[in-house]
Amino acid sequence: MKKPEPSSLPPHYLPLVRKMFLTIIIVSFVPVFLVSLTIYLQFRHSYREKVQEHLVELVRKHKQQIDAYLEARLADVRFLSESFGYAQLADQTFLQRQLMILQQTFGPTFVDLGVIHADGNQVSYAGPFSLGQAQYADAAWFRQAMENQTVISDVFLGLRGLPHFIVAIRRESEGRVWILRATIDFVAFNNLVEGIRIGTSGFAFIVNRAGEFQTTPHMALHAGEGCFGGFLTCAEDTTRKIYIAVRPDEAGIESIYVTGLLKDRSWLLVYKQHTTDAFRELRRAERISLLFFLLGGISIVIMALLLSRRMVDRIAAADREKESMSRQVIESGKLASLGELAAGVAHEINNPVAVMIEEAGWIEDLMADGHLDDEDQQAEIHRALKQINTQGKRCKEITRKLLSFARGSEGSHQKLDLNQVIGDVGNLVAQRAKYANIEIETRLSPQLPAVLGSETEMHQVLLNLVNNALYAMEKEGGQLTVSSVLQNGQIVISVGDTGPGIPRAIVDRIFDPFFTTKPVGQGTGLGLSICYGIVKKMGGEIEVVSEIGKGSTFRVRLPVEPPAAKSS
Amino acid sequence: MAGEAMRNSAIRLLLIDDEKVFLDVLAKRLAMRGILPTKAYSGKEGIQLLRGHSFDAVVLDLKMVDMDGLEVLKILKIIDPDLPVIMLTGHGSEDATQDGMAAGAYDYLTKPYDLGLLVEKIRQAAAARGAVQR
Repeated sequence: MKKPEPSSLPPHYLPLVRKMFLTIIIVSFVPVFLVSLTIYLQFRHSYREKVQEHLVELVRKHKQQIDAYLEARLADVRFLSESFGYAQLADQTFLQRQLMILQQTFGPTFVDLGVIHADGNQVSYAGPFSLGQAQYADAAWFRQAMENQTVISDVFLGLRGLPHFIVAIRRESEGRVWILRATIDFVAFNNLVEGIRIGTSGFAFIVNRAGEFQTTPHMALHAGEGCFGGFLTCAEDTTRKIYIAVRPDEAGIESIYVTGLLKDRSWLLVYKQHTTDAFRELRRAERISLLFFLLGGISIVIMALLLSRRMVDRIAAADREKESMSRQVIESGKLASLGELAAGVAHEINNPVAVMIEEAGWIEDLMADGHLDDEDQQAEIHRALKQINTQGKRCKEITRKLLSFARGSEGSHQKLDLNQVIGDVGNLVAQRAKYANIEIETRLSPQLPAVLGSETEMHQVLLNLVNNALYAMEKEGGQLTVSSVLQNGQIVISVGDTGPGIPRAIVDRIFDPFFTTKPVGQGTGLGLSICYGIVKKMGGEIEVVSEIGKGSTFRVRLPVEPPAAKSS
Repeated sequence: MAGEAMRNSAIRLLLIDDEKVFLDVLAKRLAMRGILPTKAYSGKEGIQLLRGHSFDAVVLDLKMVDMDGLEVLKILKIIDPDLPVIMLTGHGSEDATQDGMAAGAYDYLTKPYDLGLLVEKIRQAAAARGAVQR
């Protein structure tokens, strides 16, 4: 068989294609979408938690490190003050040596050392600056030291004009109150914090309670940015005293802030990173997943399109096959009804043939008899020849009627004059009816509009109905009534008999294929089912009214050819 | 031979067929062959003729408009049980032929037939009738 082209699909299959396509799309997309969404949300949540946890851990670790660093410096100074006492440390040379030892031990962390009286006057000083007689009575760190015993100051420029901070300890010994002070190199401290760098935008810095930077921020920042000032109120508390907040920064870029309090809650370590930067890997994974989802989606759409198209193609092919099979059934039914005719036709043909043979034999007899010049003999021969001619024409007429039934087996559609069809069938069965003592009455409505259909098939429908009617009356004789009438825009053809009628028990089954009441071998049981199929195909209806003992009437209703088609 | 003996005295044959043209020419041809045919153009006419006359044999068409040939056969057999009846049938009516033979027909022929064969059967039938009558 020729493989049908997809483009050759009849248009009435397109809704089916659409429906299948949509079904496949919905059935495949909905679960994929839901599963993907669930996985994605779960993954995003886990990933965010992981990143935040990592940052919290980072800040916590550095917080500890910085606190430890500051504590260590304080401990160094405390050790110095406790080890040597005021008398020794007030000695500038001794102090200088101690500074040298500290610098040798810890590197350039300690910039200078100084011993200050309770009145704020510096007694001795070791360091690179000439701050010998400096007066610190008004310095904030000095006041704090006097008050709290120890102090780690904020970063400030002070007298020397360079950022630094002070670690100081107040002592009471040898009958006096004095303070040992060390300046911590800002650069060394700053490196501790500046070293925290992640991605392209992640960095850390420290601010004090006043919002002043205690380390140099890696990037331009406004000290009041975000919530440094009120960090305790705006950030989410984590269990380890580390706070997280996600909010837009000064430039309007959403950023993640991770903060932790330092130095007895007076400094705040802030880690800041743009959210997009922090979750860059997540974004990448999202993009890749989206790409796969799109590719998968496109292939699903293409597959759905191909699949639905192919399935409908198969359905269409099956339909075509079914149609051709039903056409074959109709054809074989035609053969069967022809077979029923055959007996009658044989008789009809054989009668004229017998006459012709006899007449020919008669001429032969006369010729054998001699006396060919006898006028009577001549006339007799002429009569016989004429009779042969007449009988030959009779045969020809019978074959013509048969041919008109068999013609156009393709079933081409044309405008049909149903009265003509009824007449053809009537001619065909006239002889049979005559022998069965059946009277045929036709009541045809004149000027019947045409119907659209195949002449062969219409012949077949009527011949089947008429044959059935004749069969029903063959034993007893009766009356066959065939009528045509226009009713509510439909042509109604009735074929009625006065036979025994159809029992109620089987009346519902008579249109079923292979249902027959005839003896085995005499009926195919296809006749009425074929009639039903043909009439349905023409958009019509077929029904039966039957009464036991009175007869049956089959009614075929066919739609009149629509006026638009009529004009064409 | 019995058939040879019958040749001189013409066989009285009743021909029953509603096909008038056929019956006429058949009668003429049989007449040329030493048979004396009487034509009946319907079953009824044949039955009436048999009531008033004596025949040696009957040729009967099985399919006629007014009466079924089988019915005619049965009536003929009632009137004259020994009368040999040769049936003429069209094709496709083997059932009717069987029924005819069962009803006591002497023989049958299928149209179109060979005239020589028909004449032979008529002679045989008449001879058989003669044997029965003797």
